[in-house]
Amino acid sequence: MCLLAALLAFVEAAPSMAIEPHEHVLSNGMKVLLVEIPKAPVATVQVWYRVGSRNEVMGRAGLSHMLEHMMFKGTAKHPKGSFSRIIRKNGGIDNAFTGQDFTAYFENLAADRVELALELEADRMQGLVLDNNEFQTEREVVKEERRLRSEDDPQGALVEALFAQAFLSHPYHWPVIGWFADLDAMSLDDLQRHYDTFYSPNNATLIVVGDIKADALLPTIKDLFEPIPKGPSPSHTLSAEPEQRGERRIVLKREAQVSSVMIGFRVPNYSSDDAYALALLESALSDGKSSRLYQSLVYDQKNSLSVGAEYGLLQTDPGLFFFYSLVSPGAKVETVEDAMQREIAKLHTELLSDLELQRAKNQVEASRVFEQDSNFRHAMLLGQLESIGAGWHRIDQFLERIRAVTAKDIQRVAKRYLTHDNRTVAILVPLPSKQQNASSPLTYQGKP
Amino acid sequence: MQHRITRTTHRHSRQLSFCASAVLIAGGLLTTLACLTGSGLAADISPAKITTANGMTVLVVEQHFLPIVEIHALIKAGSAQDPPDKAGLANLTASLLEEGTATRSSKQLAEQIDFVGGSLAVTAHEDFTTAAARVLKKDVDLGFTLLADILLHPAFPSQEFDRVRSQILGEIISDNDDPGHVAMKAFNHLVFHNHPYRWSVNGMEETLSKVTLADVQHFYAKEYLPNQVILAIVGDITVEQAAALVQAHFGTWKKGPTPARTAKKPGAIGKKAVQFIEKDLTQSTIVLGHGGISRTNQDFYAVTVMNHILGAGGFSSRLMDSIRDKQGLAYGIMSHYEARAMPGSFWVNLQTKTETTNQAISGVLAEIKAIREAPVTDQELAEAKSFLMGSFPLRLDSTAKLAQVVAQVEFFGLGFEYFAQYPAWIERVTKEDVQRVAKQYLNPQHYALVVVGNISKAKIRH
Repeated sequence: MCLLAALLAFVEAAPSMAIEPHEHVLSNGMKVLLVEIPKAPVATVQVWYRVGSRNEVMGRAGLSHMLEHMMFKGTAKHPKGSFSRIIRKNGGIDNAFTGQDFTAYFENLAADRVELALELEADRMQGLVLDNNEFQTEREVVKEERRLRSEDDPQGALVEALFAQAFLSHPYHWPVIGWFADLDAMSLDDLQRHYDTFYSPNNATLIVVGDIKADALLPTIKDLFEPIPKGPSPSHTLSAEPEQRGERRIVLKREAQVSSVMIGFRVPNYSSDDAYALALLESALSDGKSSRLYQSLVYDQKNSLSVGAEYGLLQTDPGLFFFYSLVSPGAKVETVEDAMQREIAKLHTELLSDLELQRAKNQVEASRVFEQDSNFRHAMLLGQLESIGAGWHRIDQFLERIRAVTAKDIQRVAKRYLTHDNRTVAILVPLPSKQQNASSPLTYQGKP
Repeated sequence: MQHRITRTTHRHSRQLSFCASAVLIAGGLLTTLACLTGSGLAADISPAKITTANGMTVLVVEQHFLPIVEIHALIKAGSAQDPPDKAGLANLTASLLEEGTATRSSKQLAEQIDFVGGSLAVTAHEDFTTAAARVLKKDVDLGFTLLADILLHPAFPSQEFDRVRSQILGEIISDNDDPGHVAMKAFNHLVFHNHPYRWSVNGMEETLSKVTLADVQHFYAKEYLPNQVILAIVGDITVEQAAALVQAHFGTWKKGPTPARTAKKPGAIGKKAVQFIEKDLTQSTIVLGHGGISRTNQDFYAVTVMNHILGAGGFSSRLMDSIRDKQGLAYGIMSHYEARAMPGSFWVNLQTKTETTNQAISGVLAEIKAIREAPVTDQELAEAKSFLMGSFPLRLDSTAKLAQVVAQVEFFGLGFEYFAQYPAWIERVTKEDVQRVAKQYLNPQHYALVVVGNISKAKIRH
């Protein structure tokens, strides 16, 4: 086997870039994207609904995520627990995730079992049974999840505070997981209404990536999903976020060993011409150990354990470009904030070097190839592009536009968006442990 | 070191991260990647194996679908080889490989790999260390050049030594903000008392502070030898091309005497051991368990099936069903049987609100007892086996995963027939085997229990 492949490989093929999805729109409006990857005998099936925390209203933060949990509680045809059991006993893994703009369900499994996952997803697109007892128990599970991710995790708590401060009227204000009070106030009616409004084929994208044949699979997909009637067209008008007029700061105090600082700037999303320069800026600042933030804060100044910049390029509405640092023990949070501000100021006054710019472009391009090594990540990118309204075709256009960005473009967007009046600073101030010795917490040993 | 903060919430994050990087979790050990389909789905994995003149084991798997090459070196030395008073030495040595060579500074190494959008990563584990380069096919020569440079010619500059050691010391302090990390650290100290597995890979504040540059240089000279290295190469490259690149870049590496291994098997706990750690938190993080088995234990496959039914089987496991789905006590709960070169450990971990700490611990103990006292049902057995057999290809579906698995199969001496025989080994596990290994390897009396959280409020009775 190895020898034969060895001979073939000497015929150097052009590097394969994007593998085109087969696209179909069903009669009920559901978009289907199928990507044939014969590399390994596996596939991922993903159903993406255009609903996330941005589609929630004040007082019901976390409803989309709560509904995502309830989607595993069974239908008339497949009662509680049977969904995951069927997938598991067929060697598959299933789960789901909710974001600000989407809710997605997936099954990773052997390619010859794809039909099974499709049948289960088609069934719960319409047939979910919402039971009050199940809801009461699951609400407690979600509250545990909130404790784990936000209440007891300093970084999670700080990023939540940052968004709450940066967005005042847009739903990006609240966390995907929701607030405790909102989780407690939710009712089964709320869930039912959310389900009826958003879980319909015309609000969903089905993606299958793996060792499949699109022509063979499409008739099965049609049989399973086309009988599902088209649902309402959900209204997508949301409260817009007014322009920020001046710096905002928030301080979070809690028991912790190390502090952190985050600085967020409101920026446009993928739909803006400035998105390409912002994406490259993110890469130049934080991709790899040669990136600016790592070299400056971690390597030279040694005031941060880790640093980064994150740009919300693939979001339905304009989001944040934020910088973060986990402050080294012994360093002052003010010093780190100053160091970050200096890096930002430098972007206003100096152009990125040719080397830095080319490196950032190469990193973005290479990551597109590496992304295709995983069916799951490949499908996720397509699902996210479709769910935020960008459309998967934008990938190709994206790379072309990235290649055209100049150092001056990057300086221009830095000057335009990374400004003093547009920034929100979030700082975690660690409080000492209630115990006397913070570095070695009081322990009880032996049998109490 | 860089970590991404995302605004996405998962129903069960442990499972999602599982999908994204299966083999990386649980210290890259084989427990997490052990299975092969019985239904004719197996990827046809037959690595070409070459032993070089200087004793390096080279394994090549050709995959020509994408223009990617993964070059993955496994060095047979990890934190288990740390001297007890210098715990953290293997990890510090590994961390310094990327921080300067005879001809490249730390920054030059970073710039060269970043410029082509590739990655270079060195990670120490308990039993071994991995150093991996990931590049596009067109950059394969650069990938070999940089990987060979950091493995053969590290310079260990003293300013980098000081900086990196401070950085790791900072990370050890920062890890105390993660209750799960604090709990596991305490648990390992209880379970692996007197054994090198008791300390974290990155060491402890008091021991890492004692490590000197000379210690690092000595550790490197003794442990980093071509005859101690398994090099797995996976991707868009032929066996001939790979062999030529290995010769060109690693051919001058001098072999040396195989380092002696003195560590004995970890002993059993012998009694119940409890540690409660007070922190101002809303949840109790609970870890309960004891010693385990080695990867080469003949009961490995029966234990794998048993553990799947008990608590490793995701949404269909007994612990998940009882603690999460029926009682709503936790978001994530899982049991782990981590098999290492020497016997590893078994543990269950979960987080629950302070008020339900006792209820959750009782629930875990009840399930451990139940799987010992009565045979599992035919349905549970059949479903566990079909999952373990059927999910195998998912664990090999990217070049990075495949390179890690192939290197570890070689490291543990499983032989490449492992890929073909695995389904048969799982298939022959019976209900009686499951109960036998539950009785033999689970102990609801002599266990270690660690709770991190608001201890005074939790009023723990266990």
